[in-house]
Amino acid sequence: MLLFFFEQVQTAAALRPHLSEAFMTARPRTKTSTNSAKKAVVAAPTHQTLLLNASGIVKRFGNFTANDDVSFSIYEGEIHALLGENGAGKSTFVKMVYGLMQPDSGVLEWRGQPVTITGPQHARDMGIGMVFQHFSLFQALTVAENIQLALPAGESLSGLSDRVRRMSAEYGIGVDPDARVHNLSVGQQQRVEIMRCLLQNPSLLIMDEPTSVLTPQETDQLFDVLRRFSDSGVAILFISHKLDEIRALTSRATVLRRGINVGTVDTDTRSARQLAEMMVGEMVGDVARNTAPSDGDVLLEISHLSRPRPTQFATPLRKISLQARQGEILAIAGIAGNGQDELMEAMIGEWRAESDGIIFLKGLDITHAGPAVRRNAGIGFVPEERNGHAAVPTMSLAENNLLTSHSLDGAVKNGVIDDDAMRQAAADVATAFDVRLPNENSLASALSGGNLQKFVVGREIAKSPEVLIVSQPTWGVDVGAAMFIRSAMLELAAKGSAVVMISQDLEEVFMIAHRIAVLYDGHLSAAMDATGLTAEKVGLLMGGSAAGKGPDA
Amino acid sequence: MISLIPRKDIPLALTVMTPIIAIALTLIVGAIIFATLGYDPLQALYQFFIAPVSRPDQIGDLFVKACPLIIIASGLVFCYRANVWNIGAEGQLILGAVFAGYVALTFPGLPGWAMMPLMVIAGMIGGLLWAMIPALLKTRFNTNEILVSLMLTYVAALLIDWIVRGPWRDPMSFGFPLTKMYEDAALISRIELPGIGYLGQLHWGVVGALLLAVGAWFVLSRMLVGFQVKVMGAAPRAGRFAGFSPSFVTVMVLGISGAAAGVAGMVEVSANIGQLQPDISFGYGFTAIIVAFLARLNPLAVIGAGLVVALAELGGDSAQIALGMPKVVTGVFKGILLFMLLAGETFNRFHVEIRLPKSAATKVSAGQN
Repeated sequence: MLLFFFEQVQTAAALRPHLSEAFMTARPRTKTSTNSAKKAVVAAPTHQTLLLNASGIVKRFGNFTANDDVSFSIYEGEIHALLGENGAGKSTFVKMVYGLMQPDSGVLEWRGQPVTITGPQHARDMGIGMVFQHFSLFQALTVAENIQLALPAGESLSGLSDRVRRMSAEYGIGVDPDARVHNLSVGQQQRVEIMRCLLQNPSLLIMDEPTSVLTPQETDQLFDVLRRFSDSGVAILFISHKLDEIRALTSRATVLRRGINVGTVDTDTRSARQLAEMMVGEMVGDVARNTAPSDGDVLLEISHLSRPRPTQFATPLRKISLQARQGEILAIAGIAGNGQDELMEAMIGEWRAESDGIIFLKGLDITHAGPAVRRNAGIGFVPEERNGHAAVPTMSLAENNLLTSHSLDGAVKNGVIDDDAMRQAAADVATAFDVRLPNENSLASALSGGNLQKFVVGREIAKSPEVLIVSQPTWGVDVGAAMFIRSAMLELAAKGSAVVMISQDLEEVFMIAHRIAVLYDGHLSAAMDATGLTAEKVGLLMGGSAAGKGPDA
Repeated sequence: MISLIPRKDIPLALTVMTPIIAIALTLIVGAIIFATLGYDPLQALYQFFIAPVSRPDQIGDLFVKACPLIIIASGLVFCYRANVWNIGAEGQLILGAVFAGYVALTFPGLPGWAMMPLMVIAGMIGGLLWAMIPALLKTRFNTNEILVSLMLTYVAALLIDWIVRGPWRDPMSFGFPLTKMYEDAALISRIELPGIGYLGQLHWGVVGALLLAVGAWFVLSRMLVGFQVKVMGAAPRAGRFAGFSPSFVTVMVLGISGAAAGVAGMVEVSANIGQLQPDISFGYGFTAIIVAFLARLNPLAVIGAGLVVALAELGGDSAQIALGMPKVVTGVFKGILLFMLLAGETFNRFHVEIRLPKSAATKVSAGQN
């Protein structure tokens, strides 16, 4: 079991060398990354049958041009990447291909015939399937029941289950039709969504940021599945901004930048850095991690934090202790679902321990303090989920800024909100953190993921907190925004704050953290110096191995 | 497949046209129904919309009718914004009237300057306490506030029935279930306009109702407590993240709406009835729910919505009296009016796409933006 996991980690690392080359300036990557043979790159389309051809596609929203003269073609059996920053127009483009929107001008051709795709049902009938970033599965139903709901009526549940099993075996998808969805991991749920598309025999499968929710191991398995589809003639349009994955999986990539088609390139002939520059349009700056003072004062201390599992599917926290020092970024690595959410809630103060002396800020016991009191004391928080947790989607940015500043001086006088100050504060954050807004009064829901993330991180950093606690700071965020957020955190630490970063993304952890602890099954390992630490060792801890300074109950 | 798709931005012209179109459709459909039933459609529509407001004193009466609706709906807006479903405003209204009645009947000698504020406060406390029952049961035991608040309405109705037949019955009432008449100090006086005199039954409670709606708007849109309410309703998890307490907000919004309903009960009795009796409300607590939603949960719009609903009520009475139209027919027409207004509201915010299941789908859109 352990050996198996170790191999998985190595494979995952082998798949990611290019990002390492481009961004890992702080420290050369360990042995595995030099083993940079790219795995099973799909060759350029062999049978060159044009499947989908888009020419001169234009889509405008008001006076904002989301797609400006985008031309693009995909061949049968090809795995084609659509690459671009958040807000570059990738989603707009595929929504038109999937019939959710109509282009303002330009022509879509399907197998050589001009078509108007009137809706998703029409797209599915034509043979286009799409797997969205956010799943639409009923948690309480079984896999087969969920699939049955999406298919035309008439097929019996048992017949469908058989088909699912057969297809599951054929492509190595590993989906049990009788399992209940709430028992499945995120990766397995995604495979259910893929299966749902596949049962309609598509010739083009669109996948919107499929790996943003997966562990390296799951990503690896997904790529194997996708390669098998491609071998059987299904074309795949793979939307992503993760350059290493694109180089590992696809042969050609079309790059969009601010709605304009920058070009379609052969991913073999371009380095990750070149692709990143096409995407962002300028030199991608490197994030340089300075060395943290090893004797910085302890700002945040957690001592023996335990928490019973809040729900049946949650993870209990088991005697977690950590110290975050002035000037450092302390990373908490680990695969999702090992107690990250539960720990984050406890650190924010949404859940509070009953006994005294668990959480201290500069020696002050804040165990019983709620989120607003902790914020006033100088802690900033950025939870993982942007929509509905860090931000209210249906409210303006000004109101969303008030969410974490209402208890601070100046925002509210005698219970009345200072409207001008509220707007100004949000505008300042937007300017300082390069948050691009459709217009001044935009709702949070109108922002792209990367821009909203820059905002929710920025509104905390703008208050110069002594301690910043962030969870998955660059989850589902494009390269440009991710780099921006990482440098902002490093800058904050350099000014003498302590940053605690919960992150699943090992690249990110090694890129900016000074010390690394690993969360596994509610245990937190001792924090280790990032310098000299290998990805294998962290990987082993992430898999629950007690080797080294393991997490022990 | 018919789907409602939210509009990204709503043109002002559409917002202006929506109620006009809704009322025009109501008139057309109403005219057809009246004609079918053998009434002169023009005459019937006149009785519904023009007759109730054809004289200045009738406009005063329209405001009087809208008064309890505006007061109650201003409070309910807080609940519904916070996703707390108080359906029991009718019961809270009754308790407010009973508490205020206790003050009026127990201390009849109080001077006016003490009587009125005490009765208002007593009315607020009565409604608030009645609303605290669903609030505390919800925050303590996670009960469903819809059921608890609704069921308590029937308890309240039986309670006042027992009070006026039993302990508080006026011995001089010849056996009728009525309390003593309130002293003058406990009655809300009519407004005497300089140079015009009285305007129907227009009383000072109406002024209070309008101020209350404006105050509710200020609290909801400008104050931190209003912000808490909106955040809790829109994204409870973000509310907890901000440091707001879900239990506090639940108790607060039920308290606000209960107190508002209680005041409405006090005003209704002191301005229009003058004593307690088994029936003091004509379902205002339920009608106010429609008013709150017609106003899209905006307290300022509650004023307009309250007047529209009151007009429909008075128009129904007028048609019954003048044309001998059965109550059920006027009820149907009122229903059509509300239906059209709410449907118009929906089409204002969403546009409709109808897709035929086959690929040769045609797209019919109602005012797609």
